[in-house]
Amino acid sequence: MLYCAPNKKYSDFIIVRDPDKCIDCRVCARQCSYEAHVYDESTGKVFSDDTRCVGCHRCEAFCPSGALLIRQNPSEFRDNAVWKPWFIKNIYKQAETGGVLLTGMGNSYPYPVYWDKMLLDASQVTNPSIDPLREPMELKTYLGSKPDALRIDAGSGEVRLAGGFTPQIAINYPILFSAMSYGSINLNVHKGLARAAEEMGILYNTGEGGLHASLYRYGRNTIVQCASGRFGVHSEYLNAGVAVEIKIGQGAKPGIGGHLPGEKIGPEISRTRMIPIGADALSPAPHHDIYSIEDLRQLIYAIKEATDYKKLVFVKIAAVHNSAAIASGMVRAGADVITLDGFRGGTGAAPTMIRDNVGIPIEMALASVDERLRQEGIRNQASLLVAGGIRCSADVVKAIALGADAVYIGTAALISVGCTVCQRCYTGKCPWGIATNDPFLAKRINPEIAHEKLANLIRAWGHEIQEMLGGMGINAIESLRGNREKLRGIGLNESEMNILGIKHAGA
Amino acid sequence: MFNLKRTNHKPWDYRKDISGCGLSGLINTNGKRVSGEVITRSIRTQHDRGNGLGGGFAAYGIYPDFKDHYAVHVMCDSKTALNNFESFLKEVTVIDQQERIPTRASTTIRNAPLLMRYFVKPDLEADNPLFDKGMSEDDFMVRMVMKINLDVPGAFVFSSGRNMGAFKGVGYPEDIADFFRLDEYEGYIWTAHNRFPTNTPGWWGGAHPFTILDWSIVHNGEISSYGINKRYLEMFGYHCTLLTDTEVVAYLLDLLIRRHGLPIEIACLALAPPFWNEVDRMEPERKKLCEAIRMVYASALLNGPFAVLFAFNGGLVGLNDRIKLRPLIAAESGETVYMASEESAIREICPDPDKVWMPKAGEPVVVKLNKTE
Repeated sequence: MLYCAPNKKYSDFIIVRDPDKCIDCRVCARQCSYEAHVYDESTGKVFSDDTRCVGCHRCEAFCPSGALLIRQNPSEFRDNAVWKPWFIKNIYKQAETGGVLLTGMGNSYPYPVYWDKMLLDASQVTNPSIDPLREPMELKTYLGSKPDALRIDAGSGEVRLAGGFTPQIAINYPILFSAMSYGSINLNVHKGLARAAEEMGILYNTGEGGLHASLYRYGRNTIVQCASGRFGVHSEYLNAGVAVEIKIGQGAKPGIGGHLPGEKIGPEISRTRMIPIGADALSPAPHHDIYSIEDLRQLIYAIKEATDYKKLVFVKIAAVHNSAAIASGMVRAGADVITLDGFRGGTGAAPTMIRDNVGIPIEMALASVDERLRQEGIRNQASLLVAGGIRCSADVVKAIALGADAVYIGTAALISVGCTVCQRCYTGKCPWGIATNDPFLAKRINPEIAHEKLANLIRAWGHEIQEMLGGMGINAIESLRGNREKLRGIGLNESEMNILGIKHAGA
Repeated sequence: MFNLKRTNHKPWDYRKDISGCGLSGLINTNGKRVSGEVITRSIRTQHDRGNGLGGGFAAYGIYPDFKDHYAVHVMCDSKTALNNFESFLKEVTVIDQQERIPTRASTTIRNAPLLMRYFVKPDLEADNPLFDKGMSEDDFMVRMVMKINLDVPGAFVFSSGRNMGAFKGVGYPEDIADFFRLDEYEGYIWTAHNRFPTNTPGWWGGAHPFTILDWSIVHNGEISSYGINKRYLEMFGYHCTLLTDTEVVAYLLDLLIRRHGLPIEIACLALAPPFWNEVDRMEPERKKLCEAIRMVYASALLNGPFAVLFAFNGGLVGLNDRIKLRPLIAAESGETVYMASEESAIREICPDPDKVWMPKAGEPVVVKLNKTE
């Protein structure tokens, strides 16, 4: 092992190489973009440097002889309930660099996951469960602002619709791909997302990095995002999709902006983002034209004007303490869809302290926003999308029962194409070829295979959601939406149940 | 005496009643009135569809002398509750007649609450605390009933329409009919209900029909979408206080038909909409309409197994859930249309109908009264 400062030796992982199995083929050395595996020309041997390992498991997955095993480093500091290794190691790092701790993905602290503290209902005797293989089981729903009442013209004897509707988007599954910018992930992943969204009749979100010229053809399944950096925002872009999402905040880093380092800005990204090659792409913390709710209204209507009132305007905020009141203001400001992003939502890069300590769980934010909008009688005026830590179809079902119209998945989508949640997205060296623009790494994602895997994930979750709905004796997703009678808490205290608006199991 | 009203601590902390049931209903389309004895015979045939824990009737055209008054039927669990209720009612309405609802001593009906009826007109004077300028009399009555059922302890208004009334309680329907002396009433629409609850026994308010204004609902089934139907209605000022899923149907009809002005057929399309694969095959105009209904009224969709009969002064409607998980059969004989859970219940009172048919899933049977006056 090469020399390094003593404290760096406290590596998070150890690479266990079975010398009997290793054939020194160098696959691991080629796969590891962090250079944790090194081939020594002089001896013809491959050896490993544990301190460089990020725990992504790429080498283990690709080792042809099964010689590699990546493990948590079992080396232990003296046991201390306060000074856990996490804090000690972070202090070492900062003492070395004087810098802000960076990380990727969503909040990883062991805060309560409320999805795991809610149970679903099923039919017994008094109502029959419905078999989705035999009977229709409808997952399709419409996003958009709905009027309080339908206006009908029955004058001429024939009943017909009186007056029009603001635009609505039909989605075949209540699951959309969350905003992940071109730049934070590469074009191959974007292609996979766009094609999967098209095949499944759902939507993907461009994120704030503009829309690559080759992806305009997927417009019917695209949400374009307009964030504080306004990268790649122009008239054609705003009109390219079916909706424009104004991103105010992100669950992984509420209250702060974004930073895509200049090294990542190659020619394609430069062209798409409309910034010079090699220039840092800085998204300010606030939109500098939105300092209050009335400014948001202006931007919403500026976008509606620019798109001839044909596109929906989504507004996305991070789930924070006062989300309910903010969301109410957003609906009144004219948002067609409210996106709430909880603190487990992923990111390509965030300061660790922010990711792990700011924001609130999406379950709580969702429950309080839905309830507030109902109390104010404006729930129908906007659809409610939630994001941030949706891990399986049961989470989707619980989110909808709490009141969401649909969910966004980001991390789950990336996992389906290989991500192992090593949380090093900010390095740009993603060995799985996802959060990287290095052409050598990016080609590890084949857009067609990514498309297939993403579509499969939606298909699989769709089947499971249908089974759960059928089990409850319901055959339309809308009858689950906001139907908290179908949820019961397990191990929740009174305050938690009050906020979630559910009863305890057995009650 | 038993407690009529459960204290609702939290808006979501409610008990949803679950019950299977038997239904029967009839309408004379020319408005000719028949005795309550007829419908009693019909529902008695379906005795085994209930378990003696609830029976009830709705009758239309029974108060011709007070046809312009709202007939408020109330049940109270104590004299104090009744006094509180009465003083509240006096404050907000003009009462032109009040009396005990006539009953017959019975060995089968026990624990009856105090049952009273009042023929009232809203007092729309400026100082009426429940009245907002521009409100219709109907709007006012809905608000008043909600207020009483929510806030007056021990008192429940179970009927509040014009020239109609609900009669219900704990017992088999034929015993309830005898108790309320329904053979002495004549109506042009009758509906009846025999209840098989699996919880909340002994709860008079929980028997069917459920009513608001002149809408009355008898229901066989379980509304699995109750949780969202209830929250949707709350956005429009309705409060579900009767511990059962059926009342949401009454309130939804009031909202869709009376307040939003939708034709009955459209309201039925909202409650039991066609499946998307059916909508996709419709001609464009109809498709657009069905999509719009589903978009706007998704939260009003009644999901789960049900057959309901809903009546109002102008007609009787039968409706099944979208995949017909509960029975409903209809028959026609001359100017009378019958609907019931079982054909036997119809044949009992109309042995040889001109036509008998099984309404399709989600397709309403709408029978309107011919103009009588």
